[in-house]
Amino acid sequence: MIYAKRRKRMSTQEHNAPIDLESGKYVKIWQGPQHPGITGNMALELVLNGDEVVDCKTHVGYLHRGFEKLMERRTFIQNFPIVCRIAVPEPTFNEYLYAAAVEELAGIESPQRAQWLRTLNLELMRLASYLMWLGGIGASFGQATIYQWTVTHRDYVLDLFEEMTGARVYHMYIVPGGVRAGLPEGFEDRARAVLDGVERLLNEIEKVLFKNVVFKARAKGLGIISKEMVDPYGIVGPNARAAGFTRDLRRDEPYLVYDQLDFDVVTGTESDAYARAKVRHQEMREGIRMMRQILEQMPTDGPFQAKMPNVLHWEVPAGETYVKAECTRGEYGYYLVTDGSQYLRRVHVRGPSYTHAIAVMEKLAVGTNIADIAGLMVSLHTYPPEIER
Amino acid sequence: MSNDPKSIIEELSDHYQISEIKEQKADLLLLKIPKEDAVQFIRELRDGQNYTHLAFMTVIDYIESGIFTLTYMLHNYAAHHNIAVHVDIDREQTEMESIHELWVHAATYQRELREMYGIRFPGSPRLDDDFCLEGWDEIPPMRREFDTVSYSRERFFDREGRITTDPREHMKQIMYPIHTDND
Repeated sequence: MIYAKRRKRMSTQEHNAPIDLESGKYVKIWQGPQHPGITGNMALELVLNGDEVVDCKTHVGYLHRGFEKLMERRTFIQNFPIVCRIAVPEPTFNEYLYAAAVEELAGIESPQRAQWLRTLNLELMRLASYLMWLGGIGASFGQATIYQWTVTHRDYVLDLFEEMTGARVYHMYIVPGGVRAGLPEGFEDRARAVLDGVERLLNEIEKVLFKNVVFKARAKGLGIISKEMVDPYGIVGPNARAAGFTRDLRRDEPYLVYDQLDFDVVTGTESDAYARAKVRHQEMREGIRMMRQILEQMPTDGPFQAKMPNVLHWEVPAGETYVKAECTRGEYGYYLVTDGSQYLRRVHVRGPSYTHAIAVMEKLAVGTNIADIAGLMVSLHTYPPEIER
Repeated sequence: MSNDPKSIIEELSDHYQISEIKEQKADLLLLKIPKEDAVQFIRELRDGQNYTHLAFMTVIDYIESGIFTLTYMLHNYAAHHNIAVHVDIDREQTEMESIHELWVHAATYQRELREMYGIRFPGSPRLDDDFCLEGWDEIPPMRREFDTVSYSRERFFDREGRITTDPREHMKQIMYPIHTDND
């Protein structure tokens, strides 16, 4: 409560006056690009008055590898192992969206079994990514032990990926036309055991983190996103849901087999760092619920790959499309333009961090205590690679 | 106010010169609008037709026609529908009206497009601040005439002993050899 009061007092300070760095009142510091309180490699240029942030500018570019340019110079199949590298903790969404966009433009339909396997793959990815994030939010508020727990369980999920796809991080599993393989024998039981373990962990974290007085004192009231901010800033995903918006592409514009699954769209009301954390924590439970349904209902035989043309002579007709999916941070999308040649004319990757880490972060940081900047940033769940592509 | 995208476009056609309308799929409509009407048209979609979400803005380089085609991807949350608004601008006079007053995050997209394609959006905040590149003095790198391979060869040397094969040739010769009757 003491912290909350102090934050309120600081946030009422006048920030509109021009900042004169020569006046001796301010200190400029850089948080990042290498800093434990920064998600990935990016930098925050912070101006402080005492321990209060009065100005924030986000700097990116440390992870710019020119993916979109690279993809314009490679054939459709050559792009498939590239896309997963755009967002390290969540490569699968890139694989799925690239495959879905190419399939739509080329008129390819992937088999039903592949749709179930893709959904399972995406939900496992969501779980792995959220586990890493959950550790991050604990660590950024001084509870580093939680990070050890969640990363351990993430490793169990990565074991499942290894079984399913042959790889732990960059799976290259979802390909145009379907997926690369079915499930190995006994996978379902091993997956259920991992999900049970994660569910037990979530119960522990409910007690240890969400009922922790220090976490509550620091995260409640931190970085409040008002309802009026959501559309003008392009805020999506759990950040919008914590502000009370029931928007989820899996329910609103169902793709793959989401229309056959029973799940709730989790929302919050307070729209602060604590509410965003609660929404994600609850979404992990919903994800587990969905995966249990998938393991129960998915077909166990039938093709998982459509018959595809020779990749060396593959021509995709001229066209344009935008496909999107609900990743852990909200709307993730691929915009593809083809001109009938063997190459893409243009690809644009749309990631939620583009606005969450820049426009939103720069606004919310002002008036925040420097000690809470890391927690604020993690509460927005940002991935720099998807900004820079 | 109708939620049907076709009715919306019909209604707006009375006031705007809309062309190249294409329904790509049930939830995505593509269309083109002249540069001078574009921002007003987008404002109308946002304020009058509930397309309140700017998913992204980007550009397609048609170097052979001397045109940049800007794409503004707008979304209507109530109708679950996207409209991609295309705007052609001259590749040699790369200037476009800014939409940062409609969406705050548009300023970031415009900053990126200034850096990567050299398109100017007068009035857009921090337009000339570096985005991804620092101290870049070449032509904007996402333009199609910028050759990444030549750029790299001019500045970096190949590691000694390293052999690079063209992946497509390798696939043709090793992985998918084409057999003829004479083989």
